[in-house]
Parts: sequence; C-alpha cells; structure tokens
Amino acid sequence: MVCDQCRENDAKVHLTQIVENAVTQVHLCERCAAERGIETSGSVEQNPLGDFLQAVQQQTAQYPGDASRCAYCGTSLRDFRSSGRVGCSHCYGAFEQSLRELLRRVHGSTRHQGWAYTARDPEIMTKELTLQELRDKLQRAVQDEAFEVAASLRDQIRGLE
Amino acid sequence: MTVDLSLLPDGGLHWLGASGDHAGIVLSSRIRLARNLAGFAYPTRAREGERLRVLHSLRDAASKLPSLRDAAIVRVDECTPQQRLLLHERHLVSRELAGLDRKDEAPTAGAVFVTGGAGLMVNEEDHIRLQVFRSGFDIPGALREAERMDRELGSELPYAWHQEFGFLTACPTNTGTGLRASVLIHLPGLVLTQEIAKVLQGLQHMGLTYRGLYGEGSDVLGNFFQISTQTTLGRSEEELADQLVRVVRRVIEREEEARRVLLRDAGYIIEDKLWRAYGTLSHARTLPADEAMNLLSGVRLAAGLNLISGLSVYTLNKLLIFSQSAHLAQLEGRALTDGEANLARAKYVRQVLANEARLAG
Repeated sequence: MVCDQCRENDAKVHLTQIVENAVTQVHLCERCAAERGIETSGSVEQNPLGDFLQAVQQQTAQYPGDASRCAYCGTSLRDFRSSGRVGCSHCYGAFEQSLRELLRRVHGSTRHQGWAYTARDPEIMTKELTLQELRDKLQRAVQDEAFEVAASLRDQIRGLE
Repeated sequence: MTVDLSLLPDGGLHWLGASGDHAGIVLSSRIRLARNLAGFAYPTRAREGERLRVLHSLRDAASKLPSLRDAAIVRVDECTPQQRLLLHERHLVSRELAGLDRKDEAPTAGAVFVTGGAGLMVNEEDHIRLQVFRSGFDIPGALREAERMDRELGSELPYAWHQEFGFLTACPTNTGTGLRASVLIHLPGLVLTQEIAKVLQGLQHMGLTYRGLYGEGSDVLGNFFQISTQTTLGRSEEELADQLVRVVRRVIEREEEARRVLLRDAGYIIEDKLWRAYGTLSHARTLPADEAMNLLSGVRLAAGLNLISGLSVYTLNKLLIFSQSAHLAQLEGRALTDGEANLARAKYVRQVLANEARLAG
C-alpha cells in the first residue's frame, strides 16, 4: 500500500480518524507520519545506537546533491554508513541531504531550537569554508584534468593558508 | 611521565557529597554537552598533529577562562592503565577515552580537564565533551553551570556550527544541542516490587533511555540506573532537561511508594534481607565486585528506610566508587589480581563500616 500523502513510499502507519462522526482511514509512510507529528511505536527506540546504525545503513539512495566523499577529511559516504560517524564539520555539507533525512528520522526534526551561537571570530569560519570550497574545486579540476584551472586554484588556496 | 591524580580538585568527586535534593535516591545529576572546534577533523578522523593542536588550543583557552583556569589537566595517554581505569570509575573519563575497549591503549592527545564540579573530556568522539555534575537531583543547577562554561569556551574558541543543524558532532545522534541530561538513580524498591520493567518501558515512551552505572553498554548492577535524554535536536536545552526532570520526579514518587508498600506488606522479610546484607559487608573476608554492589544496594535501601541508623549517604556513595578495582589497587599501592582485589575490597568495606558505626555509636 502506498502512502496517501507522498504517494511514493510504502504506508507503514495506518490511522483511523474520526472527524465529525465520519470514520476515515489514513495510510502514511513513517516519514509523512512524522511530519504530521504522529508518534509511532517505530519512533520509540529500544536500542538507540543499534537502531540508529540500522537507519544509517538502510539509506541506500545517494541523493543527487551529495558527494560520495568529503573533500576535506576524506570520509566517504560508505565510511559514514558503516560507522555512523562523520569525520568533520564539512561532512555535513558534503552529505547534507543524507544527513538531513537521517536527522529527521532520529530526532523527528532537523532544526536546532536551542542556544544560539555566534563565533568569536566569524572570519575564521568563513575562511575555512572558502578554503574548503576551493579545495573541492581543485579536486574536481584535477579529476577533470583541467590543469590550468587547478594551478590557479592551488595559488588561491596557498594565498589563504 | 607520571601523572599524580591526587592533584584533582575534590578528587573529581564533588558529586558524591550527597548534598542535593533526594540524595538518598538520586546519587547525581549530570549535563553533558558535545562540541567540536571549527577547522579540525573530528578526533576519530584527525591525524595525531591535529589532535595535539586541538588539545593545545583548549589548554590555552582554558587558562584564560574563570571557570577552567584552575582545572587540573590530565593527559589520559600519559596515564598508566590503572590510572585510566580509576578516572573511568570516577565517571570523569568514558570507556572510549580511557582506552578500555582497545587493548590498553588510550587515544593520542586524549585528556580530561577537571574542576570541582565539572570535567571536560578532550579528543573523545568529539573534540569536547563537557560534563557538569551535581550531587543529588539538580538538573537545572547543572544545566546553568554547563551553559555558563559553554558560553565562556565558545567565545574563546570557534565551535563547529551550522545555521540549521546547530552544534555539529561526530555522531548525528548528538547533533543540535549536543546535550545529554542524566541522573544516576537507585531504584531497589521498584526492582523488588517487580514494577521496574513497566517504569523502564514508560521511560522509552517518553523519549528517554536508561543504562547501567557506567553508561553505554554497562550492566545494571546494584539497582543503579542512569536515566537520560536521547533526542538532541528540535527542542531547546531547557525543554529537553525539563522533560527528564518531570519524568524522574515521577519515578522518585513511584520508588518511594514501592518502598512504603514493601515495608507495609513484607516488613520483617525486607528487614531481615537488608540486615543480612549489612552483616555480610561488615564481616566478609572476600567480596567480589558484583556481590559488593548488590549488598551495598541493600544497605543503601536499609538506610533510606531508616532501618539502619548512623550510616550517611555520603559514606554509601563513597563505598560505591572506592570499592572498585582501580581504587583498591591505588589504596594498596600495587596492581591486584581479581582474588587479591576481592580480599582488599572486603577489608576496605569492613573498615569503613566499622568506622561509621564507631562514629554513630
């Protein structure tokens, strides 16, 4: 049975709703159920780490926007799926869609609602990000054998470092 | 290089003081925050040099901060295996950082900064694991202190941060607030009345989880449980901590109720069982660790029911930690085989109880 909402995934949650004395049946996949704020027994985890690892490994689809490897620390999507740990902050950018989906499954939300943080020296972080982007581009340029581009990128990286 | 653990402020055991609310039932309250520094790979992925740079940045930052200026810094990778076990027995260092799961090998540049009521683990799964401990049931107090220390540290060093996801951690189960609020709680009444399974199941329905005395993967011994939050994203630190407080308050009520029922319906059976536990602890010549833990649980219950007087909660807390093997080895000044540790444990427990009885007498 297909989910009534997204019409894509298998419906796992079967709800009987009574609205104005009319009984209706709603069939949802776990994700759509979670979006509607419906708690299922599946969202209560008895063995959090085990279930979590299972959730990571079950994610077989590679999202189109996701890299297969983090250019900064070298962690691959496969490494992440087998260990359940990312290697650095840049992995959150490299595997953003997979991680967003996973965070939604584990926490029921992807949006931080806690203490706000402003870095003492935001420039450090901006510089790190720029460097990171340049390194990504450099790697791609080398893969594509675009050596002129690569040389110019390398100079920019050296300048920033 | 040798490390002198006697220099730890309060021995890192401030939380044993038995001073807070419901201290007979709730031994301690703890807030843990997971943080990483921007610009470095996370410890499991980082090279040795990077791990050292993380440690040095933290040491420099700590020297400038009021809350960490006087912290004792212990390089775990320079400790002997026995010292690492001792730090773990005091809850200052996780199994992972103590290298207990890997053949006696502590991670490079692994360290712990210890102040009176807090510990900061460095280069564990994340660069920073800040832990604030409070004696008794005081989650809000621990949270306030953790927030203060976190703000100080975060204004000195750039944390790994994401606009949408919040604080970034090695494991996505900690992403967002990086918070785990927990209590170490003694529930013999619920175990004896066999209500515990229902209570633990209830916890899970409330989004909380439980473990044994020594956290992840440890057995439930002596009716001691760690009840903790699990979710870290989508709710504020205060909301997450408050959820734990509300549930634990209810668990305490049920434990107290179970104890009343036990006394009412099985008074002399319980009394006999607990006095026997006290008798064994006071006179045994050899005590295996598990047995000691279970007997201590009985004596703790007896004190809570006012069956045995003159036994302070502080002494009972202390017995729980100091009767563990690395502490006994330190006391005896040498490494002990299991058999020797059992002898040393019996001797130590006997002495402490005799002393306490003399003081009360």
